Amino acid sequence: MSRPEGIQLMEGNHACAWGAIDAGARFYAGYPITPSSEIAEVCARELPAYGGTYIQMEDEIGSMAAIVGASLSGKKSFTATSGPGFSLMQENLGVGIYQEVPCVVVNIQRVGPATGLATQPAQADVMQARWGTHGDHPIIVLCPATVQEMYDFTIRAFNLAERFRTPVILLSDQVVGQTYENISLPDPASLKLVTRKKPGVPPEEYLPYQPDENLVPPMAAYGDRHILHASSTCHCETGYSNFKYGTNRQLLTRLKDKIYNYLDEIIEVEHFGPEDADVTLVSFGSASRVCKYLVGEAEKEGIRVNLLRLITMWPFPDQEVQKALANTGACVVAEMNQGQVINEVNRVNTTNTPVHLASGIDGELIRPEIIMTSIREAVK
Amino acid sequence: MAVKLSYREYFKEEALPLMWCAGCGNGILLRAITDALADLEIPPHQVVVSTGIGCWGKADDYMKTHGFHGSHGRALAFGTGIKLGNPDLHVIALMGDGDALAIGGNHFIHAARRNIDITAIISNNFTYGMTGGQYSPTTPLSYKTTTSPIGVAEPAFDVCSLSEECGANYVARSTVYHVTQLKRFIAAAIQKKGFNVVEAINTCPTHFGRRNIPGDTVEMMNYVKEISISKSRYEKLDEEEKAKHLVTGELVNRDRPDFLSVYREINPAASETGRGEGK
Repeated sequence: MSRPEGIQLMEGNHACAWGAIDAGARFYAGYPITPSSEIAEVCARELPAYGGTYIQMEDEIGSMAAIVGASLSGKKSFTATSGPGFSLMQENLGVGIYQEVPCVVVNIQRVGPATGLATQPAQADVMQARWGTHGDHPIIVLCPATVQEMYDFTIRAFNLAERFRTPVILLSDQVVGQTYENISLPDPASLKLVTRKKPGVPPEEYLPYQPDENLVPPMAAYGDRHILHASSTCHCETGYSNFKYGTNRQLLTRLKDKIYNYLDEIIEVEHFGPEDADVTLVSFGSASRVCKYLVGEAEKEGIRVNLLRLITMWPFPDQEVQKALANTGACVVAEMNQGQVINEVNRVNTTNTPVHLASGIDGELIRPEIIMTSIREAVK
Repeated sequence: MAVKLSYREYFKEEALPLMWCAGCGNGILLRAITDALADLEIPPHQVVVSTGIGCWGKADDYMKTHGFHGSHGRALAFGTGIKLGNPDLHVIALMGDGDALAIGGNHFIHAARRNIDITAIISNNFTYGMTGGQYSPTTPLSYKTTTSPIGVAEPAFDVCSLSEECGANYVARSTVYHVTQLKRFIAAAIQKKGFNVVEAINTCPTHFGRRNIPGDTVEMMNYVKEISISKSRYEKLDEEEKAKHLVTGELVNRDRPDFLSVYREINPAASETGRGEGK
């Protein structure tokens, strides 16, 4: 099948796969799991024609490992999964973060824990995406809400991964992943793509973990004359293991700073509805689409509602949420879990704005009445 | 004529002394690998060593080739991505017995089934050395370890039989006593396309030997020598004697097509270099 062009009716997962291919992904490793498998299927069918490779690994531990390996060999790489597989990927996600390996992990969230309500939608992996792998680490997580964004944000995820030399998570859900909508596919030549910075010194002077002015080390690939030593053990600028006092502090500080010093390049939110409101909804992904609908519905009841949609989930948009809380009467956090983002909202709630939860945990797109009940509660 | 390469092209001498215990054979195995690479004259930048976790998992710190040190049991899974990301590379996975066959067992059997072009070199010392000498999947039945103080109740894996059954192209077993043979098998495995396994029986006087082999580190080395036997001699032994020995030698040497060859044959659009841009 040739690449679809222009306006197309497309499934979210298919849009994600084409976004990855257009972003330059040439390696996919994965393990079948609903509701993400279509991403694997498109890659299996399409990657060979692009000189790329699809491999179906024995599990998601191996899938995550393989994309880290292929990226170190110079290929833009990614994988896609859902809850149970995302759990298995946590181990080697940490390896990718610590070794600073650009790659993209797509999580089409479903209900958990365990097998849960296979394979119905949820948004309950928000904290797992942040802290699922052990140890201190930064992470970049984007939340698409439409099929168009499955395409656009996949490209953005690759660009951020290459720019910051780090794994990036596209945190979607079953509703967004398996919805068919019209999307507009750009000319691939028109896309602004980012590629990892290569070493600018001769091979004998190259230190694979010596950062540049942006705190990101230029990256050789396996096979280059610049020798690349990537270690999951605490390492110094040579890449070789180093247990001296101070080395881990230096490394962890840089890993954090290389991302948190550049939040303006990463943080993205959407404001929807009137500027001044009685109630501000905070939401993301598929739940935010219900919120958009409710802005108009609440108006009919005389309640002025607006929406702050979190596009970047991690690093958390502290300032944007803080500002929204300061400018509203009350806040309702609408999420398809028992309350994860609400804790972050409360963390930055310096104005003591009343914050309510609208929680959808029924294995379906959150019902408008659940959110509407919370909105009414908030203006009581 | 080109000057013959030395193991020093691959071995990071400034990292000496090695962290391994006195009497451990990992240093001998490392020398055999670096000697084999020198004999084959493979430039260091065309080699990636992928290590797991454990005593042998430290080996990448002593290599000047490209290196990868990942998570416990996953050297082959990372190595699969490394190889497919750049098929021109020689990928050598260095794993211990627990690393390759317990926590990494699933990756091991599937790497062999796929026949992915990776050389797996397993340092088998019959125990988890790094964590203090617990029993591993290759600890012989009834042998003592810190977690089997009276004797282990589980039968051991035969690394080579498992590799053969799962589809490896080349399977050989040698020991850190038989250095010349060990180096020869490693060179053959690196040269051959497909999933190739060299099991190196190693000495662990600190943990395994102390509890099971009377005597010192020399006796541990003698033990490794004495349990090793050729296939023809092994087949003449009775069952009781067989249980006390391990066959050494080249056990499998066949030419199943490797994963990438088959993948490219089935997907003719996939370019030979893996760097094409398609349609």
